[in-house]
Amino acid sequence: MTYQLKMRVWRGDDSGGSLQDFAVEVSEGEVVLDAIHRLQATQAGDLAVRWNCKAGKCGSCSAEVNGKPRLMCMTRLSDFDPAETITVTPMRTFPVIRDLVTDVSFNYEKARELPGVELGPRDADGKRRMMQVDVERGQEFRKCIECFLCQNTCHVVRDHEENKPAFAGPRFFLRYAELDMHPLDTHDRRALAQDAAGIGMCNITKCCTEVCPENIKITDNAIIPMKERVADRKFDPLVWLGAKIGIRHKDDEGRTEM
Amino acid sequence: MSDRHPMTGNEMSGTAQGGLERHAYDVIVIGAGGSGLRAAIAAHEAGAKVGIVCKSLLGKAHTVMAEGGIAAAMGNRWPEDNWEVHFRDTMRGGKMLNNWRMAQLHAQEAPERVLELEDWGALFDRTEDGLISQRDFGGHKYARLAHVGDRTGLEMIRTLQQRTVQLGIDVFMECTVTDLLRADGAIAGAFGYWRETGRFVVFEAPAIVLATGGIGKSYKVTSNSWEYTGDGHALALRAGASLINMEFVQFHPTGMVWPPSVKGLLVTESVRGDGGILKNSEGKRFMFDYIPEFFKAETADTVEEADRWYDDKKNNRRPPELLPRDEVARAINSEIKAGRGSEHGGIYLDIASRRSPEFIRKRLPSMYHQFKELADVDITAEPMEIGPTCHYVMGGIEVDPDTELSAVRGLYAVGECSGGMHGSNRLGGNSLSDLLVFGRRAGEAAASYADGLGASRPAVAEADVQAASRAALAPFESEGGENPYTIQADLQQSMNDLVGIIRTAAELESSLAEIERFKERAAHMSVEGHRQYNPGWHLALDLKNMLLVSEAIAKAALARQESRGGHTRDDFPATDPEWGTKNLVVNLNAAGDGVDLAEKPLPVMPDELKRFFE
Repeated sequence: MTYQLKMRVWRGDDSGGSLQDFAVEVSEGEVVLDAIHRLQATQAGDLAVRWNCKAGKCGSCSAEVNGKPRLMCMTRLSDFDPAETITVTPMRTFPVIRDLVTDVSFNYEKARELPGVELGPRDADGKRRMMQVDVERGQEFRKCIECFLCQNTCHVVRDHEENKPAFAGPRFFLRYAELDMHPLDTHDRRALAQDAAGIGMCNITKCCTEVCPENIKITDNAIIPMKERVADRKFDPLVWLGAKIGIRHKDDEGRTEM
Repeated sequence: MSDRHPMTGNEMSGTAQGGLERHAYDVIVIGAGGSGLRAAIAAHEAGAKVGIVCKSLLGKAHTVMAEGGIAAAMGNRWPEDNWEVHFRDTMRGGKMLNNWRMAQLHAQEAPERVLELEDWGALFDRTEDGLISQRDFGGHKYARLAHVGDRTGLEMIRTLQQRTVQLGIDVFMECTVTDLLRADGAIAGAFGYWRETGRFVVFEAPAIVLATGGIGKSYKVTSNSWEYTGDGHALALRAGASLINMEFVQFHPTGMVWPPSVKGLLVTESVRGDGGILKNSEGKRFMFDYIPEFFKAETADTVEEADRWYDDKKNNRRPPELLPRDEVARAINSEIKAGRGSEHGGIYLDIASRRSPEFIRKRLPSMYHQFKELADVDITAEPMEIGPTCHYVMGGIEVDPDTELSAVRGLYAVGECSGGMHGSNRLGGNSLSDLLVFGRRAGEAAASYADGLGASRPAVAEADVQAASRAALAPFESEGGENPYTIQADLQQSMNDLVGIIRTAAELESSLAEIERFKERAAHMSVEGHRQYNPGWHLALDLKNMLLVSEAIAKAALARQESRGGHTRDDFPATDPEWGTKNLVVNLNAAGDGVDLAEKPLPVMPDELKRFFE
């Protein structure tokens, strides 16, 4: 089954732009990215769009579809009424380069500010041992495909350019949490998470979790535990009470503070 | 001080003189997938100043799509496993056409390369003892693939990416190299453009490592991303290096077939490694009908034995679903041709009736997600519809096995764009380990070569830069020509129809004639718009590479009059021992507009390795 899909696509660059109307033929089972590709091939050869795998694995084709942050390759046309006009705009939090492509270098800068993993020596036989249950916490966070939709939707930076220097964003709180929960890592980055990454600015509205295409529980499993750990380090009385009744984690014991 | 972006390398402001940016490095790595990143890390650790240049953002390279795992004989599940068994499996999987030295180094060094990833933060799935878990895959005698669910490639690329960032290596993202620059036959640098601005950039570097991946975008049905346009293959040819084994293209047996939008998308071999079986429309488990003589002694011939094997490998032989990929792809192709295909022209891959929903969701989370989201299929409850998809090219740049140096001084090649390691067919899991083993070797060799040159480095000639610049702008010159998307679509259809899984002389000849006509059309194509982030222009430049590489594949396929691994000739169905002693080598022709072909004897394996095959 094919039909003419009505689309409005934002076209322009850093000096400005506008929504343009298109009609494009689409067929059963297709996704928004298919429609964009057909536009490129038949009506707008220079329409700028980022994409790679078209399978929800690389996180390149992030955009806003009818105002919702989505991966275009995982947004099926069958989720919309064929009569509906679908509007596609670039991610709002990052500066536009051209059309649907934005300058996401904010995220790469933040990645550089984060110290990497530091494991102790291997076991005597040259291997390392970790139990499955212990690596699973980190594995959830490492499912992240760096689509930056969480960064895009986070209201701390979405309409607040001024917060960007002091705030790393949900994607990197995931990374802090992952390292903090790594069974063999030797560094304690809680002070960094608080001071350099600005985890305190997050007020856990869970917008990031809602848009994550990998369904990572960013807020519940990474940010909140990380906030608790940071507070733990600062001798928060509530956390002190938590420790008293035995709900204190031991991941940071014996680590070197960064 | 440069106003280049500190991480992306992108210079947005346009202040560079004459619109041409210049950078000097000891080693430039082209490509930021597994092999490129591993090479860059090795060259950096050897003391070289390294720059990575890649077409996409860092972390998006095709390695991210790898699902199953990294093959390495660590012996965590089966202490009997060692490099010798892995070496033997690899050679037999490649039908003995592999470069034996590469296969040996690969098997010997893979385990340490995997442990290194763990040192750098990778979190692999574990065995009950806390060691790195290893899973079963086609063609591997023992469970050997280190994995993270079915997203091992993502784990690998993220680990290498984070290591690269931690070491402070410069990355030039969304930057495409269009020409290699030479002086007196040796590498002097590379010329490219920023996708963002369309502005040109020259990298002055005596050593270049090509890590550009494969050629899958020349085919209509493929698991490969847009980046896979054979850039490294074509750059090397034009710089004077040679390609080998180009006739061998791997069609992965299991790609999605429905809906049309996802046709070709990979379905990991782990589904079969973890117990999945193949069935035709009559419900028959047909792989038992397709066990070749070559693998008869090691393959189960009854359902009972095959099913026992998952738990008892000592007393049972492998299920035929886990034959090497070329065998399984051909079998599926035959079943479909015989009219026993599924509703949408594939066959059925069934794990739902064999494993519990919990097991499937735990071991194959991305497959579960992929089918649920894109095809409305619950793989824990119903079978998947799958069919062969163009997945990998065994052929590539001919290199020295120990250093990955090509025929051109200063030019190295690693990963999918290099050739030899996998012979006529690659085993699943051997690609990720290949990237790591030879990435490291190439990085070290390139750094040492650059260091040895001292101050006497080949200089980039200004005339070459001008020529490269003219060539890159050519698509803007002509008006009213065809757009590159149409030519690409026609090429993909043609390669799919005429140079696919099953080939004949007549079809290959007409393919070569068609490629000549595509070249003619491409010479007059035109692109609309301007230089800033213009996908039409980018495709026009990539298309040149795709055409050259497609010709190499078709020509070599026509010449090899036998069937072996990823090359099946309907008119020469037998494997010919005579052809087993030689490689086909491809070079750029004298006019520079096509390729020439030559035969070359296969390197002879020393006796101490020959004994594994007696």
